[in-house]
Amino acid sequence: MGFGFLHRHRNTTPYLLLAPGLLFLGVFFLVPLGYLAYQALQSGNIDFGYQFTWAWSNFSDAVRGYGGQFERSFAYAGIATALALLVSYPVAYWIAFRGGRWKNLLLLCIVAPFFVTYLIRTLAWETILADHGLVVRTLTDIHILSPGGRLLATGTAVVAGITYNFLPFMALPLYVSLEQIDPTLIEAAEDLYASKWRAFFRVTFPLSLPGVVGGTLLTFIPAAGDFINAQLLGSPTNHMIGNVINSKYNELIDYPAAAAMSFILMAIIVALVLMYARAVGSEKLTG
Amino acid sequence: MSTAEVTLTRRRSGASSPARVWAFVRRHVLTVYSLLFFLYLMLPIAVVIAFSFNHPRGRFNYTWKGFTWDNWLHWNAVPGIQSAITLSLEIALLASIVATGLGTLIALALVRYGFRGRGTTNLIIFLPLSTPEIVLGASLATLFLHSTTYGLRIPFGFWTILIAHIMFCISFAVVTVKARLIGFDRHLEEAAMDLGANEWTTFRKVTLPLIAPAILAALLLCFAISVDDFVVTYFNAGNRVTFPIFVWGAARVATPPQINVIGTAIFAVAVTCMLGNVFIQNRRAKAA
Repeated sequence: MGFGFLHRHRNTTPYLLLAPGLLFLGVFFLVPLGYLAYQALQSGNIDFGYQFTWAWSNFSDAVRGYGGQFERSFAYAGIATALALLVSYPVAYWIAFRGGRWKNLLLLCIVAPFFVTYLIRTLAWETILADHGLVVRTLTDIHILSPGGRLLATGTAVVAGITYNFLPFMALPLYVSLEQIDPTLIEAAEDLYASKWRAFFRVTFPLSLPGVVGGTLLTFIPAAGDFINAQLLGSPTNHMIGNVINSKYNELIDYPAAAAMSFILMAIIVALVLMYARAVGSEKLTG
Repeated sequence: MSTAEVTLTRRRSGASSPARVWAFVRRHVLTVYSLLFFLYLMLPIAVVIAFSFNHPRGRFNYTWKGFTWDNWLHWNAVPGIQSAITLSLEIALLASIVATGLGTLIALALVRYGFRGRGTTNLIIFLPLSTPEIVLGASLATLFLHSTTYGLRIPFGFWTILIAHIMFCISFAVVTVKARLIGFDRHLEEAAMDLGANEWTTFRKVTLPLIAPAILAALLLCFAISVDDFVVTYFNAGNRVTFPIFVWGAARVATPPQINVIGTAIFAVAVTCMLGNVFIQNRRAKAA
């Protein structure tokens, strides 16, 4: 590091640069998490206010009362993440290896739809999947859907919505890791008589793992906390834990219950991420 | 590209015609699939755009009833929609400027300096990106609710929305600017210093112009994220209404086609900006 000023202010400059931003995140991100924990252990009611009472029962009540919604959140998020991976991997591969000079434009095409407001996009899916819409009629005609069957207000619609809404979070990291692969490595495998598939599974796919891991996490985490798809495309029987937290916090003003559920959601996500990191090797997470 | 071509030519020489057809199918199956994928991506967008020209009879804009320009001509005819858009734009503008400023400083520190606490800093930047939005929203709202305890009354409204947006934008700004700074040639700065420029002049005349594209990209990204945000905003808005909150409210009682008009307009502006960026990048790549 050959900076004159770097030597002179070696100790203070980086901290001065960091201070405003980190202070902001400290006060408005870290401290609020502390308050959320504090809130999660309060008891009382909306009329008389909530007091801190070490009310651990909020946590057990949340699990006992809303275990189904928790399970559904992670099931829906897991299925949607797997679908997003399957659907977008071939496209990311295609852009990375066959995109040529159109790469930037094709990437733009992947990102562009997501500049239509999230809620409007989801409402459009409501139109597409509507009871007398084209999709339902076609599926009824080919007997995949029984007559009078519907897509809207089902788990299928919610999972489809989540899959669609978080696609770029999956496709872009996949593209980035595939794009970095040296094509001569794949050629080498084929020169050594690996079949195309074998070369893919032994060379290309392992090298794209950082993208798979990154994309999976970036999709799964927001998907598990989502409530918009379940609200607009599902029925109350498809509600996820996000719907419960939202209604407890914003409608029922039951802050402690909402805070406890938020914490459980975070804890499960952290546990799953750690397990996942262990399974695929933690260096893949950061690298 | 090269691998596919190599195998294809290898097959072509001396292969029988069914094998050639099979090779053709194999080669193009990925292309066809990708085009179908893009159709799927664009389908809801096409619906949004088409239904901005719909002439719905009832309160909901879900079935096609006929073409009209009215929604575009009277885009603000729905009570509340114009103030919602104004609020969204104000918040996005301020939040993206502040977040990009703070984020650029953090990125400079992270890439340029070795210091104690780097790991912690990286973690603090990474955490908001990996926390579900609903938790971000609920925890920040809890902070504001408790502010009264200290006699500091922060009413929910413009300022709480702005703070929330800056909070979740900072990390995106850091990541964007950092990516550019890593590939940065430090010798340019050293040269300026050797020629007698002081730190500030070097920063202003050399560093800043070089990282300007990254700063612009961070600004646009933060702006886009801010305009689109619903969840965190919903928890911290009090009775103020941003555009996504307006849409949320509308989805329950009535969906005027003007919502689609605004959605289409935001989409058009964003795509134009991005096309411009791609165009400039391609021209630069050619010039280089």
